[in-house]
Amino acid sequence: MEQFAAVKRSKDGQAVRYLIVDDSVFARKNLARMIESFGGQVAAEAGDGLTAISEFDRTHPDIVLMDITMPQMEGIEAAEKIVQAHPEARVVMVSSVGYQENIVAALQRGARHFVQKPVKPEVLYEVIKYVLGEDGAVANVAGAGV
Amino acid sequence: MKMELIQPFINAADAVLSQGLHGTTKVGNLSMEEDAYRRKGVAGMVALTGDIEGRIVLDLEPQTAVRVASHYAGADLPESDGLIKETIFELANQVVGNAVCSLNDQGFHFRVHPPILLTAEEGDKTSEDVEALMICFETSMGNVFMNVALRHNKRRMSDHAAMGA
Repeated sequence: MEQFAAVKRSKDGQAVRYLIVDDSVFARKNLARMIESFGGQVAAEAGDGLTAISEFDRTHPDIVLMDITMPQMEGIEAAEKIVQAHPEARVVMVSSVGYQENIVAALQRGARHFVQKPVKPEVLYEVIKYVLGEDGAVANVAGAGV
Repeated sequence: MKMELIQPFINAADAVLSQGLHGTTKVGNLSMEEDAYRRKGVAGMVALTGDIEGRIVLDLEPQTAVRVASHYAGADLPESDGLIKETIFELANQVVGNAVCSLNDQGFHFRVHPPILLTAEEGDKTSEDVEALMICFETSMGNVFMNVALRHNKRRMSDHAAMGA
């Protein structure tokens, strides 16, 4: 997989920590590989919205990557509950069901961004940088990344 | 079954497979399926409910499924690996999700259900109002079959029409 210039936390220079939420093991592995290529670290994974909430409380990740269609509790509801409890949470919806209705609902309920599946690493990378804003810093390594 | 319902699924499958498999995908045979669906290998089914209802099956012969899943995993997977099923599920999800986006732009509303594995050799027979179309996508890793069976939900559509009147 293509390597990108590492995105670190600007406050301490540590790797950005992610919670990956998707009922598909395949999708979680795919996202984890992308995150590693961005210099990030997987703090936890969850296969449904309910587990996502408890994993957020346990690990306090910098970014949540959240699918929409999942068993038990869907992603938009889980995102809303996480943001209600932790207004600083950065939730990025990652779903193949990216029609306007869903995007608007997700953003209204606290998600910061929406990425359509199949995920292109370069798109997710830009979204991550955008969502982190000043809390993220791209490592300035000569010859690294894109 | 109207082509306006099918075309978004063909476009979505073409895009998802081309992007994921890093190669060109050719749409091969299209055929109407009137008999019961016969599974070819590893098959994931996604159901849709709403203005349009039905199901989409993505079906790969076992060796093709192994090649495709290994490609995504970046390592050779054995035929028994659970990740193979997961890969087919996720591909089915992405195809349906992308197609639904396009149909949603045309005013249709749906709920997409999580994929399930088809384990029976034969599925239900199609009925008079739910015909199934089988589309074969020729990829560098083998043929990927998509079986689409959809129909307009007449009750929902008439509700919309009454609300709009």
